[in-house]
Amino acid sequence: MASLPSIPTENKLRLVSRATHLKEIGLKNLFLVCACVAVAGVLLIFAFVGLRGWPAFAEVGPWSFLSGTEWNPTDGIFGILPLIWGTVVVMLGALVIGTPLAVGTAVFLSEIATPRVRAIVRPAVELLAGIPSVIYGFFGLIILRPIVANFTDGLGFGAVTAWFILAIMIVPTIATLSEDALRSVPPGIREASYAMGATTWQTIYKVLIPAAKIGIIDAIILGMGRAIGETMAVLMVVGNAPVFPESIAAPIATLTTQIVMDMPYAAGMHRTALFGMAIVLFLASMGLVALVRLMSRFQTSIESGR
Amino acid sequence: MKKNIANAIALTLLWIAAIVTVAVLGTVILYVFVNGIGELTPKFIFTWPEGVAAEGGIWPTIVSTMYVTVLAMVIVTPIAILAAVYLAEYAVQGRLVNTIRFAADSLASVPSIVMGLFGLALFVEAAGIGFSMLSAALALSFLMLPIVMRTTEEAIRAVPKYIRWGSYGLGATKWQVVSRSVLPASMPRIVTGIILATGRAVGETAVVIYTMGQAINLPITLFDSGRPMTVHLYLLAMEGINLPAAYGTALLLMILILTFNLGARYFLRRNRKV
Repeated sequence: MASLPSIPTENKLRLVSRATHLKEIGLKNLFLVCACVAVAGVLLIFAFVGLRGWPAFAEVGPWSFLSGTEWNPTDGIFGILPLIWGTVVVMLGALVIGTPLAVGTAVFLSEIATPRVRAIVRPAVELLAGIPSVIYGFFGLIILRPIVANFTDGLGFGAVTAWFILAIMIVPTIATLSEDALRSVPPGIREASYAMGATTWQTIYKVLIPAAKIGIIDAIILGMGRAIGETMAVLMVVGNAPVFPESIAAPIATLTTQIVMDMPYAAGMHRTALFGMAIVLFLASMGLVALVRLMSRFQTSIESGR
Repeated sequence: MKKNIANAIALTLLWIAAIVTVAVLGTVILYVFVNGIGELTPKFIFTWPEGVAAEGGIWPTIVSTMYVTVLAMVIVTPIAILAAVYLAEYAVQGRLVNTIRFAADSLASVPSIVMGLFGLALFVEAAGIGFSMLSAALALSFLMLPIVMRTTEEAIRAVPKYIRWGSYGLGATKWQVVSRSVLPASMPRIVTGIILATGRAVGETAVVIYTMGQAINLPITLFDSGRPMTVHLYLLAMEGINLPAAYGTALLLMILILTFNLGARYFLRRNRKV
């Protein structure tokens, strides 16, 4: 086969003056540098939080730091398992309460709401995301905590109060992303289901939710990330005791809240351990993002294989 | 008809989910509004906190919040827009673009407390800037960067191809196409994205508490420390000594955020081109 004549490149074409050409190249590189600021940001966080926190892993020992069951900085005992446990308990409870609410709202928005109702609910969901966490915390502290205290025999500081507050806070994340996933299901699939005589509900749970499954799971994972990283709102309602709680209404602490509680006075190894906890949080949130990306790549490969 | 009953029950539950979501928002807003409205006097807004229980006003905290937010916006806007221009107009799909997107997604999900400690370690301590408006604004700009980048990229991608073809047809270079046709067409959505990210920065607490400090101070230069409204509200609420001032601060904060959010929406509806 005869080789094709070489395609003239931008340089050889000379459609513009050399100065203009150089300017175009220069601008392109400037934009590339700006885009790389995001990468630089992640690397800087790694470097600076990592450098400060690494000795916590090195000197306490990675295993005894992560799985130590006692957090007692004044005696030099740095085990963050109670805090990891607190984080997981608070996150799971919030997911159990928040996910049905959020996915329900998403299904409502994409399948049931008339445009007029949608015009109220959709902005409301977005506004929920805009309210600062310190206001949620304040609301939880003043309103929710006494209610919880009435039903349990404590002061209302504990996981239960945090569950409800966090559940509200992760609703916007999960609901908007799930709604996007549901909306991207081709309308033909819906119509086929209705044409077979299915009710709206049958169409939703037999056709739409399976079709949008991966998108909804992504949304829940990102909601999880939000719940793990949330600081101020949780801080104001969990009671801040770095122990394994006796009940779901007893005071606990999470990784994020313990950092805020201890930072004002921590020094030396204690401070290092707090940065070590920040490394754990950072890696956890990056891990969840990586998981979402892997899943969407998996989904693309399924679809292209069809 | 069994399936119709199931259908009716399920649809009712979905309605309830949506109603609960809206009701929660309504409750939070109404609660803060009802309790805080009595506090919002010119004296509260324009005077300084005094005494152990922070009686009086919250003026320095309002100035600190505004100062740091505007500064962060000024820092992040050019970088984020140009980065988005690269991703949407110049980049060829490949490993580099994947890395940039992964980094932006990671940055968007970094817990705010981690961002706060990062700002403390890098800007306050290593760079020697100290607790200051500049440190806080730099840390906040890393938080805003992925948000503005994403909304800007979506805005640019929504500009129809034929607008670009028209420009190229007239002999424009790539930069001329981008700067004269694409960016002006997508500007309303870009501005909306910036306003929304700014609203996020106003409500941020954990980042600024470790980069700005907590001292009640009226910031003048970039290197002055201060106490933003969110931190003030947190301290008042946790100490529990001056709840009226906490309600007033919460309401003012809420009004600011709602203004940003609703303002962004209104602006977009008025100016939407693509």
